[in-house]
Amino acid sequence: MIRVIIAESRKLRRPTLLFSTMAITVVLSGLFTSLLFLLINSKDGNGKRGQMISPASLSLPNGVVTGFTSTATLLGIVALCIFAAQTAQEYTFGTLRNLLVRQPSRMKILGGKYISMIIFAIVMDVLSLIVSVIASYALAGHAHVTTVLWSSGAGYREIGHAFLNVLITTLGFGTLGMILGLALRSPISSIAIGVIWVLIVENLLALAVKKSGPWLPGYLISNVAEGGSVDISYQRGLLLGGAYLLVGGAIVSYLFKKRDVSN
Amino acid sequence: MNSTAISVSDLSKVYGDRPALSHANFEVPMGTVCGFVGPNGSGKTTTIRMLLGLIAPTGGTGTVLGHNISHPEKYLPQVGAMIEGPAFYPALSGRENLNVLAALGGFPTSRVQGLLDQVGLGDRGSGKFKTYSLGMKQRLGIAAALLPQPKLLVLDEPTNGLDPSGIQEVRNLIKDLASDGTTVFVSSHLLSELEMISEYLVMLRLGKVIFSGRTQDLLAAQQPLLVAKPEYAVDLGKLFEIAKSSGHQVSLVDGALHIVSDPEWAPSLNRLAFEAGVTLASLAPVFPTLEETFFEMTGE
Repeated sequence: MIRVIIAESRKLRRPTLLFSTMAITVVLSGLFTSLLFLLINSKDGNGKRGQMISPASLSLPNGVVTGFTSTATLLGIVALCIFAAQTAQEYTFGTLRNLLVRQPSRMKILGGKYISMIIFAIVMDVLSLIVSVIASYALAGHAHVTTVLWSSGAGYREIGHAFLNVLITTLGFGTLGMILGLALRSPISSIAIGVIWVLIVENLLALAVKKSGPWLPGYLISNVAEGGSVDISYQRGLLLGGAYLLVGGAIVSYLFKKRDVSN
Repeated sequence: MNSTAISVSDLSKVYGDRPALSHANFEVPMGTVCGFVGPNGSGKTTTIRMLLGLIAPTGGTGTVLGHNISHPEKYLPQVGAMIEGPAFYPALSGRENLNVLAALGGFPTSRVQGLLDQVGLGDRGSGKFKTYSLGMKQRLGIAAALLPQPKLLVLDEPTNGLDPSGIQEVRNLIKDLASDGTTVFVSSHLLSELEMISEYLVMLRLGKVIFSGRTQDLLAAQQPLLVAKPEYAVDLGKLFEIAKSSGHQVSLVDGALHIVSDPEWAPSLNRLAFEAGVTLASLAPVFPTLEETFFEMTGE
């Protein structure tokens, strides 16, 4: 398994993938956090779906990570694309046969690949957290937000919780991408279907079908980053979202193990 | 020590209701070069994939280096393979592609540069795979197959896309490996190349093994020809009658007679022609090539 992780990390650290992903992460985190503070007095809102987040609420201990958590879904989409592409490309490039000749245990290949992408996602989230916290401190004065509580023990705990929740969300979407990559065996199809489902189809379904939100995987996974919401509890997001991924993961793992590699 | 590198017994693979390989039986002795030939779609790649654990057989069994093919993890660390052309990550360099496979197989990456040099890519290892020509890609595929310092090397069309000097290099490489005791199982459409290097041969047609054994035995079983050309074309008819009246099958090809006959009959033919007043410009025994034998046996 360790050998698979080392081999996979060689692919993930190629400059074009690594630097472009990290650049996207920096831009998204900086942008979302900046908008939160720069639009604080806007009547159109400065949060998700026109939500108003006041200087008072941003001055609370969790204010330091409000920008970071609002980036979670998009970080998740980035992870979805990377996990899906890294998995499905083995089929389109025909490289899976090389991997399996050098490491015949298919579950080790899958496990090693997954762990290496988890490490990649952790790096991505750490970078996002750093950028977002720096931007929050930098813009707090402009938005008349006090940062005293951010540096308190409660503030540090909030940073820890937020990081864990955003990581769960990122990995949830990444896992979804990997499931699609294994099922569809095409990077373009798996990314397109994943992104369209999460960003468009689920939103339309949530609008069209009343109370469907708490059953949609993307909604559930996103909800974890926010630590739960009025519609969906944190536990529900974690358990039901996790259950969807577990079932999907089990099915595609079985297919990966048993399917002939004939391309 | 096991004397067979590959042994399959009734090995079969059916896709839906289409048999890709049907009850194949053959053995490849250890330390030999074995050619694996057959027309497109005859089941060569399917067989190779089953031997490498990439697809599961629907029937029969097989062993590779003494281990059952249902446990590829037991023998693949000693097997190098290039299947259906080279497949690598386009955005990575040739060297980095080999490093990925070396890391995966637990081989030292220090071996990579030596292999790149061996296949003639020593100074192009830093170039991205997507910038490589077909010949360079093929060379990289061969280098990847050599990474484990294999006891068994399985090559599927290794000379595809190579220029004549590249083909010669691959031929020499295979010969060198075989002389060091590596078993090479190589499929190729270049039958003249295989004839030069293969001691053993497995021939497939429509998913069935139609020959497996020594190349020499296969060729010796084919009828040789005597090719006779008279000095004057007008004498072709006379010569034709002489050969035919002696009970031989004769055909006229490009101004010469092809007579199905043992080479030992050549002096008799020369004498008969002389007695009939025909001077022969040339008379030579011709043994069937692997290519001709292949076409005859496969009906291609």
